[in-house]
Amino acid sequence: MAQDMTEKELLKMELDQLKKEVKNERQMVSKTGKEIKEYIESMAGEDPLLKGVPEDKNPFKEKGGCTIS
Amino acid sequence: MDQTFLAIVFGPCDKCSKNKPLRPVSVKSEQRSYCSLCVEMMATEGLHENETLASLKSEAESLKGKLEEERAKLHDVELHQVAERVEALGQFVMKTRRTLKGHGNKVLCMDWCKDKRRIVSSSQDGKVIVWDSFTTNKEHAVTMPCTWVMACAYAPSGCAIACGGLDNKCSVYPLTFEKNENMAAKKKSVAMHTNYLSACSFTNSDMQILTASGDGTCALWDVESGQLLQSFHGHGADVLCLDLAPSETGNTFVSGGCDKKAMVWDMRSGQCVQSFETHDSDINSVRYYPSGDAFASGSDDATCRLYDLRADREVAIYSKESIIFGASSVDFSLSGRLLFAGYNDYTINVWDVLKGSRVSILFGHENRVSTLRVSPDGTAFCSGSWDHTLRVSAGRLI
Repeated sequence: MAQDMTEKELLKMELDQLKKEVKNERQMVSKTGKEIKEYIESMAGEDPLLKGVPEDKNPFKEKGGCTIS
Repeated sequence: MDQTFLAIVFGPCDKCSKNKPLRPVSVKSEQRSYCSLCVEMMATEGLHENETLASLKSEAESLKGKLEEERAKLHDVELHQVAERVEALGQFVMKTRRTLKGHGNKVLCMDWCKDKRRIVSSSQDGKVIVWDSFTTNKEHAVTMPCTWVMACAYAPSGCAIACGGLDNKCSVYPLTFEKNENMAAKKKSVAMHTNYLSACSFTNSDMQILTASGDGTCALWDVESGQLLQSFHGHGADVLCLDLAPSETGNTFVSGGCDKKAMVWDMRSGQCVQSFETHDSDINSVRYYPSGDAFASGSDDATCRLYDLRADREVAIYSKESIIFGASSVDFSLSGRLLFAGYNDYTINVWDVLKGSRVSILFGHENRVSTLRVSPDGTAFCSGSWDHTLRVSAGRLI
């Protein structure tokens, strides 16, 4: 637990983690960013918060009045 | 003749146990007896200890520098540049559609049911409520034995909820539709941490729960047996949030903590595969981007950020000079184009993920927004606040 560790133990843990991460494989932002953009563009048509939902299909439409007989 | 001798005690050294002449030494206000060789060794060790700490720190700094260098090599362009020719978003109108009233104190957490209609919420007053957000009716309610129920989650089946907080546990409550349901009686304690529970989430079944805690760890538990399946060590301080990767992307999850780090974990091995430390303060919320290739974070440093997992770097910062209060919770719209973020200044800001600009600001809550989730089908989002209410809101471009 982090709360029980000494400063030295925390540093060692961080160091071991950093050593691993330096070796990670990475891709260019121009490539990965483009893929993020393309994902959004492919899904945008179905995004209700982006395009809006016709009132009659909206599950959260204004509650109608009700009559109690 | 009068001679005063310094009495030399001969016996087993408290450190090496060899029989030698001993010297009295005070260690942490306790009297010990060590031989002169051990006294000398400890004096050098003390020096060595300080040297070790300093050398560890400088090694960490130089590794961080190397990591930055490696990451910078791939940073050939900014995200908003990639998105230059994407059409800008128009004006947004957000409207609160439902207000859920019933909690007696600050709402701390909420989660949607997969049926896109039910919501579970938890509060400082110890209550956990399940609502039908269409009708605003309360369908279930249970009082926890502790206050500050900081985490709650809906089971994928819709048949149970999980929650916890200052009790250091995560408990699962099955939901029934009995007339006089006694939820507390069916409570099942699953997770045990040594500090508060800050976040919990079922995995893709009702059988396993992932938890995050103030004790600095995350853990994966088997619900039925309560067994600890995997623990995740790496954060240097309290873990405040977690999010599971969309099921298509495999077994990983991301966590954020008071050490300003966001860490991505392999659930099977327990190893941290990537970590990011670009925020200037606690990370209160993390959420995967819908495709699983990135995640967003919200922090006390008043910014939200986007981290691209394949480029292994931060690729966008969502901030404004006028926003000075911490972001407590973030979530994406269905396509990932919009990022909704709740803040401690009572507002909800809506960001254009690609262009980095704010497209809308939502007022309405009368205190901090503490939790925010977009509904499973993306038709609305729910925000919970310290003003004791939850609001379900939707919007559209005009």
